[in-house]
Amino acid sequence: MLKIDNLHVKLEEEDKQILKGLSLEVPNGQVHAIMGPNGSGKSTLSYVLSGRDGYEVTEGSATLEGADLLDMDPEERAAAGLFLAFQYPVEIPGVGNMTFLRTAVNAQRKARGEEEMSSGEFLKVVRAKAKDLKIDADMLKRPVNVGFSGGEKKRNEILQMAMLEPRMCIMDETDSGLDVDAMRLVSDGVNALRNENRSFLVITHYQRLLNHIQPDVVHIMSNGRIVKSGGPELALQVEEEGYGDLLAEAG
Amino acid sequence: MTDTTDLDVREGVDRETVETVQNMGSYKYGWNTEIEMEYAPKGVNEDIVRLISEKNGEPEWMTDWRLEAYRRWVTMTEPKWAMLNYPEIDFQDQYYYARPKSMEEKPKSLDEVDPKLLATYEKLGIPLKEQMILAGVEGADAAPAEGRKVAVDAVFDSVSVGTTFKDELAKAGVIFCSISEAIREHPELVKKYLGSVVPQSDNFFATLNSAVFSDGSFVYVPPGVRCPMELSTYFRINAENTGQFERTLIIADKGSYVSYLEGCTAPKRDTNQLHAAVVEIVILEDAEVKYSTVQNWFPGDEDGKGGIYNFVTKRADCREDRAKVMWTQVETGSAITWKYPSCILRGNESQGEFYSIAIANNWQQADTGTKMVHLGKNTRSRIVSKGISAGQAQNTYRGLVSMHPRASDSRNYTQCDSLLIGDKCGAHTVPYIEVKNTSSRVEHEATTSKVDDDQLFYCRSRGMDEEEAVALVVNGFCRDVLQALPMEFAMEAQALVAISLEGSVG
Repeated sequence: MLKIDNLHVKLEEEDKQILKGLSLEVPNGQVHAIMGPNGSGKSTLSYVLSGRDGYEVTEGSATLEGADLLDMDPEERAAAGLFLAFQYPVEIPGVGNMTFLRTAVNAQRKARGEEEMSSGEFLKVVRAKAKDLKIDADMLKRPVNVGFSGGEKKRNEILQMAMLEPRMCIMDETDSGLDVDAMRLVSDGVNALRNENRSFLVITHYQRLLNHIQPDVVHIMSNGRIVKSGGPELALQVEEEGYGDLLAEAG
Repeated sequence: MTDTTDLDVREGVDRETVETVQNMGSYKYGWNTEIEMEYAPKGVNEDIVRLISEKNGEPEWMTDWRLEAYRRWVTMTEPKWAMLNYPEIDFQDQYYYARPKSMEEKPKSLDEVDPKLLATYEKLGIPLKEQMILAGVEGADAAPAEGRKVAVDAVFDSVSVGTTFKDELAKAGVIFCSISEAIREHPELVKKYLGSVVPQSDNFFATLNSAVFSDGSFVYVPPGVRCPMELSTYFRINAENTGQFERTLIIADKGSYVSYLEGCTAPKRDTNQLHAAVVEIVILEDAEVKYSTVQNWFPGDEDGKGGIYNFVTKRADCREDRAKVMWTQVETGSAITWKYPSCILRGNESQGEFYSIAIANNWQQADTGTKMVHLGKNTRSRIVSKGISAGQAQNTYRGLVSMHPRASDSRNYTQCDSLLIGDKCGAHTVPYIEVKNTSSRVEHEATTSKVDDDQLFYCRSRGMDEEEAVALVVNGFCRDVLQALPMEFAMEAQALVAISLEGSVG
């Protein structure tokens, strides 16, 4: 599914190297977690993969099912099946959440040469999915993320994910700023979307989210690279001991 | 106009809008109708004024009225206070009268109509039956009406070419016709109200219009009548080097209601064309008028060549108690816009509202806003202005809120938001506030923001391309105003917002 090989990325504005040879492979249907201390380059990785401006790839490659991601515009990556759940979802005043969703769904369908969803069909699907995620109808009518609580914003990201049905989902510190109940709702949403054709890359600071979303593999990231990979037990080790020993051990 | 059955229209941008954007060239109405025209000689003088009056078959009092205006105009100088930059206009290098030759005699059937005139309306999306009526085919009005029920008065260059649904309106007592017809058929109304809201001496452009206006629309809604359908006028400037000077006079008698839509387009040309219109609205006791404009003149090309110079005076007089007016405008296409649809709140408890979207892209310049003149007690006004600047464009909001000594307990609320796309354009806000009594309240809120890169990236990461994303964000920014538009215009306006910003990013 997702294959990242020896990725080197520079922050354009500051001429600063952030990713320094990161390699990672997420096979079909698997959930991988990336953990690491602040400043290790976790968010940069998610932005580079989704095509945000301001980053320069100096070396390496990233492919989604064999297609070169780095060669595509952000919207092409989305149409190819990549989805990024934002750490801080953006507010768009005046644009109804439903309009946003429908524009996005149909833009992707059109890009893939599929037929667009009719208003009626769209309404039916969005209502059903919102209900599954315990999102009330009112939130669908409100402007995108405007006045949403932290939990509502994250649930809205999961709703978008559910509507767009991506193959590869990247979640950028989705757990930050969530209380226990909100975290459960979000992870229930993710778990409901898990299947053999969809993969997840969950970027997180803490083990707590991983209690709800069981990862297949946990990677530890430091200074722009993956320094250690292992099973779910690796996350528990971080929780108990912190990063200190692990990073020292990795050199 | 587009089909408006889709209920999602008020939500923001939708599929149709986005499709429209993608399927359209940069200016959809840029074609030119090759049609045989009859021109008056270039330039303006007393003879031209007389000629226009004669062509319209006007009585002597009207000719005199025009001449009086002309004589005043030659003593006036062009106003320069607006934040607009344009080369000096040579007022003697314009045609002040042009009409399709075929308009001389009424065609008896569709076959007799110049097919190019019909094709023009077809391209504008006007249905066949209405095309026939607009082309002046005798008896076309008797055919059963289908489709949308919006009465149209179409003005092609200097002449009104036809009005639809006239009979149906007449049954309700509503008079809807060209102003030249009104001058002939309803002189008592015209005499009483023409120039009573915008006096001949009002300003340079209004005075010029008073002298040379060629046609326009006339509406009279009798006491207690709610006009049974939307009325609309469609202005098209076709001929080259021709100024359009239309005059609109709307009178809403006591307790009546009317909603009036105005649309305008012009062919794409690399010379500038002058448009100086006057709109006067008289609103009597308990009456209400909604006036909406979607202005889509050709804005000039990416290099700032061509486009319409638009110098327009529009004013509504809430002449008696509890009269109400609502202006809604979407301004997307003019090289230069100089326009301030205003409200005189003369009657006690009268109300004025102004909702505006002004989009300036490439090299466009817009200096636009409103005046709310509170004269009566307990009067209310509300201004919502959204200015969007892209490319090298400059957009100025200029507004006057004036509370006169007698206008006790009156209120105004102004919200003025500017949005910048790119870093070479400008947005300016120039509010004038005059309060001469102690019991009134005036509020002014203004914001300036940039189209946020984060918002665009968020949209693109969900699959929208850059122009779709800009259209979505801008539609959101304009939402309050788009919502105030009648349904008939909302779709068109939404699409226009997107179209006029094409090429503003990337």
